[in-house]
Amino acid sequence: MLDFSVLTNNMDDYLEGFKYTIYASLLGLAGSFVLGTLIAVFRISPFAALRGFGTAYVEFFRNIPLLLVVFLFYYGLSSFGLQLDGFTSGTLGLMVYTSSFIAEAIRAGIQSVPAGQMEAARSTGLTYVQAMRFIILPQAVRIVIPPISNQFLNLVKNSSILGVFAGLDLMYFGDQVNLDTYDAVSTYLFVGMFYLILTFPLAYATRVLERRMANAA
Amino acid sequence: MDFGGAYSWHNLRFILEGFGYTLKLAFVAIILSFVLGVASGVIRYARIPVLSAIVGAIVETLRNLPLLLLILFAYIALPQMGIKLSIFWASVLALTAFEAAMISEIVRSGLASVHKGLIEAARSSGLTYIQTLRHIILPIGLRRMVPPTVSQFISLLKDTSLAVIISAPELMHNVGIVRGQQESYFFPVIFLAALLYFLVNYGLSLLSKRLEVNEGARRKPTGKKAGPGAGTKAAAEA
Repeated sequence: MLDFSVLTNNMDDYLEGFKYTIYASLLGLAGSFVLGTLIAVFRISPFAALRGFGTAYVEFFRNIPLLLVVFLFYYGLSSFGLQLDGFTSGTLGLMVYTSSFIAEAIRAGIQSVPAGQMEAARSTGLTYVQAMRFIILPQAVRIVIPPISNQFLNLVKNSSILGVFAGLDLMYFGDQVNLDTYDAVSTYLFVGMFYLILTFPLAYATRVLERRMANAA
Repeated sequence: MDFGGAYSWHNLRFILEGFGYTLKLAFVAIILSFVLGVASGVIRYARIPVLSAIVGAIVETLRNLPLLLLILFAYIALPQMGIKLSIFWASVLALTAFEAAMISEIVRSGLASVHKGLIEAARSSGLTYIQTLRHIILPIGLRRMVPPTVSQFISLLKDTSLAVIISAPELMHNVGIVRGQQESYFFPVIFLAALLYFLVNYGLSLLSKRLEVNEGARRKPTGKKAGPGAGTKAAAEA
């Protein structure tokens, strides 16, 4: 049932896909982290307009499917004359979609730092920005790392969406190998194996981080 | 952006049919995955020799694989192993397997979060393990699981869109077809699709918050203040 020649004959394809899956996941993480931090800052800003925008952004992207977001990038931009390829639109979609979850995680992290910290910082003469930079954010980062690790895990799994848009990732190359070999069982079992190589360590790391956070608290 | 043409009665009906299929998929998958998820979660919590380990291995593997892969496997690979499923049931199988694994983990950690002291008190009062499970652990644990479970159901509804890869006639698939008629139809129909997903999911999350409030009202206030931006938090939550 499990034909290892499918793996050995098509190792190049599997590794290409593996490579692009990793690219998409890393780029997605970097982009969504930057965007997510920005949106989180909006959400806790004293300006109602920014708060409103941040909330709308988060609620919008949390409640619609990732596929829809990638659709927007893949098909939507053609009206403005820009046709992105599968990898780019998939990765951009991943960034934007995941950024809303990361924004929520960061916001929760910042708000879980006791108010006394900010009060003490301000009363020793630090400005709001200095207080955030030297006191609040370092503490928030510790709290935020486990959920972000979890989101990275989700990113790796969600990167499979690239397969729907011919995005050169593991899923796409899996389909190619299947077309070559007609042995879907072996092909997709090996695709799964490659994903597990990425996701099992991440899942383990997330568990370890969560436990460390729980013990430190 | 041709709203008029995109929203012709013909197209609207087609899109709503897709949404109906989406809801049908989600509904069946939610029920099946809930039953399987709770059962496997309790099995993993109870640490039954051999069985818990096997269930645990299956759950961990399913949780860490992309749902898209599971859907393709269910529809394309299983027939080669002799199991031929329709598009609908292949999607349901994949969705159920994945979501059950997620719920299994939610259940397991919800049960595990019940304070050990309560369990010790129950056992030392003479309750058997099963009785403790039934009267102490499950009632407390199950209530704690409600928000993450509803959140998982929201995820499930969104994940039904992945069935588009095996041409399941769900919402996103039909949106793609209407868009195929004319490019200018794209934004009107994608807006409608986003609206439909948003309405159901936002509604579910409001329901979850309502359930959370009822649960939280039972607890004593801890007296801790919220962090920076406490004043804006209330505004942001609104």
